[in-house]
Amino acid sequence: MHITLNGEAIDIALGSTVAGLLEHLQLQRDRVAVEVNLDIVPKAAYDGHGLSDGDRIEIVHFVGGG
Amino acid sequence: MTTKNDTWTIAGREFTSRLMVGTGKYASFQQTAEALEASGAEIITVAVRRINLDRSKESLLDYIDPGKYTLLPNTAGCYTADDAVRTCRLAREAGMSDFVKLEVLGDEKTLFPDNEELLKAARILVKEGFTVLPYTSDDVIMCRKLEDIGCAAVMPLGAPIGSGLGIRNPYNIRIILESVRIPVIVDAGVGSASDAAIAMELGCDGVLMNTAIAGAQDPIAMARAMRLAVEAGRLSYKAGRIPRKLYANASSPLDGMIA
Repeated sequence: MHITLNGEAIDIALGSTVAGLLEHLQLQRDRVAVEVNLDIVPKAAYDGHGLSDGDRIEIVHFVGGG
Repeated sequence: MTTKNDTWTIAGREFTSRLMVGTGKYASFQQTAEALEASGAEIITVAVRRINLDRSKESLLDYIDPGKYTLLPNTAGCYTADDAVRTCRLAREAGMSDFVKLEVLGDEKTLFPDNEELLKAARILVKEGFTVLPYTSDDVIMCRKLEDIGCAAVMPLGAPIGSGLGIRNPYNIRIILESVRIPVIVDAGVGSASDAAIAMELGCDGVLMNTAIAGAQDPIAMARAMRLAVEAGRLSYKAGRIPRKLYANASSPLDGMIA
């Protein structure tokens, strides 16, 4: 299925979860925040939050800034 | 008199260092970490950005001990209250802390705040339980409104962000200091150590800077200079300076001069 991740269209396996996506991207869950269709997904819900075709996902983290 | 026991608090959290520094614009993460160490800062700002999907997974947090510093995520680059609020919610989820540096910009050239949007965002965020530290114009009316809303501090600008012009209107900062009870932190405009000392001599609770350190030819040395300047300025403020006089007042006794 197709999702939009940080503005880029990507294909992921049917039935993927937020936790699965983070694992695939090799991201530590305690260092990111995830938004699916403008709603924040709490860290505790990563494992259970299934992704759907057409989802718009933002994954952010802290970078240097003033 | 020493700076020992001269602590200050933001929203009930106690800090010793009055220098807050940003983590942007450094040549490397290693340099960032060394500058932070030299600055003695306890509160450091970070930005919230999309993860990079195709580049190195190296992260700022690989170099910074989150147990050592209080991270203050900013809303840099946000031009509307909605974007700023959204960024703060993401920051809280990423960092598991409700401290945020709220900035809502009004113009790309000056990076001056959009006060209307700033107040709007501050109201929402305070209601949602955030500890809001807003970057604002050096305007006492704005600062009072931000205090009334429930912000934890006000952070008036000394000069445009990254300009290095110093404290352009020390009188406004003084009026703000006399008018609000929450901490006043000069945020933006500092160029050199003397600027930081001036902010502290005015009686500010703290100073926040990024470019002045990161953009210096030797950022580590400048970080140390800023640390000393903030301490010196604070001591000078507490010691109580002499009044300014137009004419001289001799330091050596007039009695006992040779005839």
